[in-house]
Amino acid sequence: MSSEFRFAVNVTPKPGILDPQGRAVEGSLGHLGIDGVSAVRVGRRVELTVAADDEAAARLVVDRLAGELLSNPLIEAYAIELVQATSSTTSTSPVEAEVR
Amino acid sequence: MSVHVGVVIFPGSNCDRDTTRGLALAGAEPVELWHETADLQGVAGVILPGGFAYGDYVRAGVIARFSPVMRSIAAFAADGGLILGVCNGFQVLAEAGLVPGALLRNRGLRFLGRDVRIAVEQPDTAFTRLAGPRRPLRMPIAHGEGCYFADEATLDALEADGQVLFRYVREDGSVAGDVDDPANPNGSLRAIAGVRNADGNVAGLMPHPERASEAILGSDDGLVLIRSFVESAALAARAERPIEVPAT
Repeated sequence: MSSEFRFAVNVTPKPGILDPQGRAVEGSLGHLGIDGVSAVRVGRRVELTVAADDEAAARLVVDRLAGELLSNPLIEAYAIELVQATSSTTSTSPVEAEVR
Repeated sequence: MSVHVGVVIFPGSNCDRDTTRGLALAGAEPVELWHETADLQGVAGVILPGGFAYGDYVRAGVIARFSPVMRSIAAFAADGGLILGVCNGFQVLAEAGLVPGALLRNRGLRFLGRDVRIAVEQPDTAFTRLAGPRRPLRMPIAHGEGCYFADEATLDALEADGQVLFRYVREDGSVAGDVDDPANPNGSLRAIAGVRNADGNVAGLMPHPERASEAILGSDDGLVLIRSFVESAALAARAERPIEVPAT
């Protein structure tokens, strides 16, 4: 039985890596009248759907593409988060049942 | 017969014509290699030109890395083939792991298009053999992600091994600082503008030698680098064909 899994991959600059975007955001906060905010790091969030037998198999796929394509291990870290799981046999899906 | 040098064209490459022109000026026969081909047509060297391969989506160079031509180029590199990446081509090589390090967003965040000066740090390589004594070479940069990065241990190893080929320098030839020095436009660590791999057959640099290859362009300082590459490719091609012994 195949299911669909919706994941989010959050890619962030590794600690110690210069993040000029984060610095620019920080620099602009004064113009907003906001203070007390520091250590801003700007990353990227990628959402995708994987068809697989189970969540573990789907995670393997996401892990591979996150490590090879979505992030550069020299400079970026990534974290994978499951957003939603949907069974393809519609009636058995608790998520879909809820939507109905 | 002049030596054949491949110029890879990705969707979004925009320095391929400048590169073929530079190669012709240096006496080579340029061969255009479309990104979807895996056939390198027996070229003696390959140049990856500048541009915005595949729109630079996700990260500059990363999607290009998985194209059919890059699989062949990785095999060519492993076999000792000569490869030079310029600007976006450098980013592709770095993403593919064919040269050490990574290119980060410019420290000042802006895309920069202007002349810089670089010094050849290693004059005895396949990429710099004709550059002669150390002097600043003037040529343009045009990039948004050119800040060279590697961790401290890697940087030390690169220096010890002579893998740092080019550094940004000031007008007087002194090496630019890392931070807040206009001579180091993107904030590259240790002012590194170009590196080679450990085997010495793959190199990349951010500045554009092909855009400084004739006086009418404002500088022909870059031509010596293209000529160095072409001569090295010709030597490699000759070594591949030892059977051409003249009859006595």
